[in-house]
Amino acid sequence: MTENSTPKIVEPTVFDLSSPGRTGVTFPEPDVPLAELPKDLLREELPLPELAEVDVVRHYMHLSNFNYSVDGGFYPLGSCTMKYNPKINEDTCRLPGFLYTHPLQPIETVQGNLALMYMLQEWLKEISGFAAATLQPAAGAHGEFTGVLIMRAYHRSRGDEKRIKMLIPDSAHGTNPASAGMMGLQVVQIPSDARGNIDIEALKAACDDTVLGLMLTNPNTLGLFDEHVEQVIKIVHECGGLVYGDGANLNALLGIVRPGDLGIDLMHFNLHKTFAVPHGGGGPGSGPVGVAAHLADFLPAPIVGILEEGDDEELAPLFGFITPSKSIGRMKAFHGHFGGGLVRAFTYIAMHGPDGLRQISEFAVLNANYLQARLRDTYKIPFDRICMHEFVAEGRFEGSDVRALDIAKRLMDYGFHPPTNYFPLIVHEALMIEPTETENKDTLDAFADALIKIAGEAVKNPELLHNAPTKTPFGRMDEVKAARELVLCCWLPEGYLKQAS
Amino acid sequence: MTYIPISPKERDAMLATVSVKKLEDLFEAVPQKHRFPALSLPPALTEMEAAAELTELANANETTRELVSFLGAGMYDHYIPSVVDHILRRGEFYTAYTPYQPEISQGTLQAIFEYQSLISALTGMEVSNASHYDGATAAAEAVNLAWAQFRGKRTKIVISPTVHPQYREVIRTYTTGMGVEQAGDDPTLDLEADPETLAELVDENTMLVIVQYPDFFGRVYDYTGLSEASHAKGALLCVVANPLALALFKTPADMGADIVVGEGQPFGIPTWYGGPSLGFFTTRKQYVHKMAGRLVGETVDSRGQRAYVLTLTAREQHIKRDRATSNICTNQGLLALASAVYLSLVGKQGLRQVAETCYHKAHYAAERLSKLPGMGLCFSEPYFHEFALCVNQPVEQVNAHLLEHGILGGYDLGQDYPNLKDHMLVAVTEMNTKEEIDLLVEVLLEVSHD
Repeated sequence: MTENSTPKIVEPTVFDLSSPGRTGVTFPEPDVPLAELPKDLLREELPLPELAEVDVVRHYMHLSNFNYSVDGGFYPLGSCTMKYNPKINEDTCRLPGFLYTHPLQPIETVQGNLALMYMLQEWLKEISGFAAATLQPAAGAHGEFTGVLIMRAYHRSRGDEKRIKMLIPDSAHGTNPASAGMMGLQVVQIPSDARGNIDIEALKAACDDTVLGLMLTNPNTLGLFDEHVEQVIKIVHECGGLVYGDGANLNALLGIVRPGDLGIDLMHFNLHKTFAVPHGGGGPGSGPVGVAAHLADFLPAPIVGILEEGDDEELAPLFGFITPSKSIGRMKAFHGHFGGGLVRAFTYIAMHGPDGLRQISEFAVLNANYLQARLRDTYKIPFDRICMHEFVAEGRFEGSDVRALDIAKRLMDYGFHPPTNYFPLIVHEALMIEPTETENKDTLDAFADALIKIAGEAVKNPELLHNAPTKTPFGRMDEVKAARELVLCCWLPEGYLKQAS
Repeated sequence: MTYIPISPKERDAMLATVSVKKLEDLFEAVPQKHRFPALSLPPALTEMEAAAELTELANANETTRELVSFLGAGMYDHYIPSVVDHILRRGEFYTAYTPYQPEISQGTLQAIFEYQSLISALTGMEVSNASHYDGATAAAEAVNLAWAQFRGKRTKIVISPTVHPQYREVIRTYTTGMGVEQAGDDPTLDLEADPETLAELVDENTMLVIVQYPDFFGRVYDYTGLSEASHAKGALLCVVANPLALALFKTPADMGADIVVGEGQPFGIPTWYGGPSLGFFTTRKQYVHKMAGRLVGETVDSRGQRAYVLTLTAREQHIKRDRATSNICTNQGLLALASAVYLSLVGKQGLRQVAETCYHKAHYAAERLSKLPGMGLCFSEPYFHEFALCVNQPVEQVNAHLLEHGILGGYDLGQDYPNLKDHMLVAVTEMNTKEEIDLLVEVLLEVSHD
């Protein structure tokens, strides 16, 4: 197609669909006398669309059909833990008793919410081996930011102002350096060794009395459990630094090992990964943080606690809010992602119990190792040993110009969501595969078969891959056009959006 | 109960393929002394038991459906049309990930694009991102934008004390240790002062001025003068807006705001004990490269079809790492969808009607309450659907009495503002009937005295 031809519209926007005079919902007329409106403060134009209810329903139904989802198929997106989201959680989080409570209600009227939050704090502490927890952070990255603020506050409370360096392995998620960067810390990258562990000598060389701490993802983004994790933690502690655990990969560790037992000082949880809170097309997440005893006083305020003890028989305890004595402050308004995050995760943990949680991790790890074993002869596995819940393969072949991106796109033609690609950055043409525990053997076999077939196509018929996907409703995107033209909004009346003065 | 679909026979076949004998053998890299801890957690529940236990917890709350509620202060009880949750419950939407693969994520991408457009239409701002965690963190990200824009050459922000107290707290947490000087963030300042007096605090070192619209006490001001005064010193203006109020009142864009953020909860999102909701974030195009958060842009695919992608991703943490404006990785995708569905459904007429109904009901309530003995409105400026009421005795005491009559009274302003002891912030929405308002008046009359 040429530059100037008009693109074909597959599904109009709500603005395209608008027709003046239609309405999708009506409200009762005010049952009170009308007050005078302040004329000089009123707006003139309100360019919102006008649609009927059926227009809206059909439109969003059409859009939903363009999405790939966990409910629709296998979603082996590395580091994202795209496990099946149990349907019961959708019902419990929408119980009217949870939906219709206001965050500023007197605590006596929301003891159900507070009891749930208290128990969830306790469970997360038990699962991770930490002494205290906050449920306030809204997402993993928000939990990380919380964690880094706590680490700095801890050092400063000891009069130690000189710690400005954060050590971050080269395999880390981008949020780690970004969290440290948000606070103006200096990021020092630590290389990995030949087995995918943190390079001990490099770590030792970087450790001195200016180190705030280390941000450790374990298992790391190669899907490997660091074989010297206790030594790594010891080295950082010996220079006075703290060790932050990135909980993104906790799905490998439930009932397997508690990060707190290993000596990690604090860690965030991704309730939307490990504890089956659905990803929602990119959020909301939920990122509680657990800390060891020496950091408990620094947690964001408030946390949920028992204000008055109950007894075993009649009297229930009174739950309420507590402000830790050296709190870093508030991370967001109100109490965290209660309904969408905490209630779903609570339901999920309650239904698994200790044995069920351990099975989650055992089977998540089995599924990843099974796929790795099936693909080992076809795809290069640069760090090839028993993996945890995910592994990383290289998406490139001798004598072919096919790249990881092409393989990813071709997988769509076979009906699969592609793995994460080009991450971690330390593997060429990385394909990062995380099957999760909620897939059966047939699905894993079908996926492995497709990847093996694609490897054959890459050599014999690379055009198939370069042109992929062809069986999806949309083809590859012109990303350059999007960034160059920067159309970020549907049509609005001429001159409506004000240019900067 | 687990959701693992693998039979023992299949498990054994898979273990054989991996060349290990049993599941435990997969974990030899884990230090032995810490391997397989016994977790002290309650035993697993079946679905039936879990449903019962969660129902019991939910029923232990008293809800704003059972009580008559006049609580607002940043979260409001509005009607959510049935369609909204029917769309949110589509597994195609809620079980999808971030739309990194646009060929198979056009549903999410177009919905976010429409959300951005609807928010731009409401605020009058050129660019809306895909959303932040909530209104408070969106306001904190406005400081990050200003910091990135001035590259640390200006280090001061001016915040009106009439910005939501929790938002001010979050901004303080976010900026700790950045070397940001703060002025205005003092609840003992004169709360009746004209907002333009804030301009006295703005100087050549000021990067950002933050005000709220309507302010925390519900008052509606025209910030044009403050905007001009801020711009004269080279500072940016951020307006924290209630988006529902924008259906009725002048847009912050018209007043010259550079950044408009706020809490999107009034649009199709339940109060849900405070979250999740969404923070909308809008700015002018010239600042788009300094803005945090996801952004969806229009393009075409290889088949000439109009389509949408995440764009300008080079700003974000997964590419820019420690040099990114923010570490934010998610947006509030599903709730942005909720807001888009709500706004599409309610539309131009309906949204104006909801806003006007809130206005009229709040004014009816204020009119009646202010005539009670010893009570009165604290401020005289125009207000939207919330107002500060002096009750002339401890609010806690008044609210305890109201609760006995099944009423959730207003927010106790004395908690945050020492000069507003004995004042409550009363919120009235389209959900409050005249009978409910009359009941509030009646019960307050019982406790009122000069």
